Amino acid sequence: MGIFDFLRSRPKASASIAKERLRIIVAQERAERAGPDYLPLLRRELLEVIRKYVNVNPDAVEIHVEREGRQEVLELSVALPDNEAAGN
Amino acid sequence: MTEFIVVTSGKGGVGKTTTSASVAVGLARHGKKTAVIDFDVGLRNLDLIMGCERRVVFDFVNVIQGDCTLKQALIKDKRHDNLHVLAASQTRDKDALSKEGVERVLHELRDEGFDYVVCDSPAGIEKGAFLAMYFADRAIVVVNPEVSSVRDSDRILGLLASKTRRAETDQPAVEQHLLLTRYDSTRVANGDMLSVDDVNEILGVEILGVIPESQGVLTASNAGVPVILDEQSDAGLAYADAVARLLGEQRPMRFLDAPKKGLFTRMFGG
Repeated sequence: MGIFDFLRSRPKASASIAKERLRIIVAQERAERAGPDYLPLLRRELLEVIRKYVNVNPDAVEIHVEREGRQEVLELSVALPDNEAAGN
Repeated sequence: MTEFIVVTSGKGGVGKTTTSASVAVGLARHGKKTAVIDFDVGLRNLDLIMGCERRVVFDFVNVIQGDCTLKQALIKDKRHDNLHVLAASQTRDKDALSKEGVERVLHELRDEGFDYVVCDSPAGIEKGAFLAMYFADRAIVVVNPEVSSVRDSDRILGLLASKTRRAETDQPAVEQHLLLTRYDSTRVANGDMLSVDDVNEILGVEILGVIPESQGVLTASNAGVPVILDEQSDAGLAYADAVARLLGEQRPMRFLDAPKKGLFTRMFGG
């Protein structure tokens, strides 16, 4: 670090951004791998059906399988857009 | 007991072949009878890195298809009597490899008394990469400190845990090691490159070694001499450490600290 460094603007270290992005994507992809094989396809098909009625984003459909004791719970959440005009 | 080691990565260009060549040479220098096989059918390159490209007569696919014996296809390294290279086919299509064929060749190497067989995987997750890892006892996943390489490595780690013979037959899992290559300690110190600890934390796999970015790697490939034989280069020394660790030795990591700056650069920035 030089004595004139204050003259230069230092952007946020890019490595920490990389680390944060990787942490998220790796966790997400591991969760997908751990779930049943049909999850990605199920998610895609659900999205297609929902999109026939509501114009949602591709990432608006979240699908998880959670284990609670001996039961498996399929959790589905769909985020609808805010300003979906009623009665269209 | 023969141990099958796959060198893999998912992403291309991260240093799989450089690593396969240096690991194989390192094992041979520890007195282990070693074979190194190029699984990249259609894009043969291990022979160039090993410096034996002009001595390839028969290749891996020839052996599998019965055009020659395994002995005829194994190229003895000119520097180490206990090291042999099996080149990939340059001309045939990649479907020439079959699971049964690969297994037959690996078993024959086992019967010949090889201690280690290093399988140099092609990039990607297609058939060649799948077959290179399928019979592995251990895996060296080569990763660069860079987002796409780290993500692809994680994908490969997932495949090693599910799509290998060990996984399919409920044997102990394939032992996983990460080898970090093209590591630039100055850029890490400046916060512009993921550190060893970052990669270790993201992937959660033990780090076998860190190979610093080094001119020695290109010089070595130019000459067809695996970089581990260059004792003047940091990369060569780091590979020697990694091989020693693979064999169970404890060695501290070297070359992780940024080079010390002189007074001038410290005062005026560098």
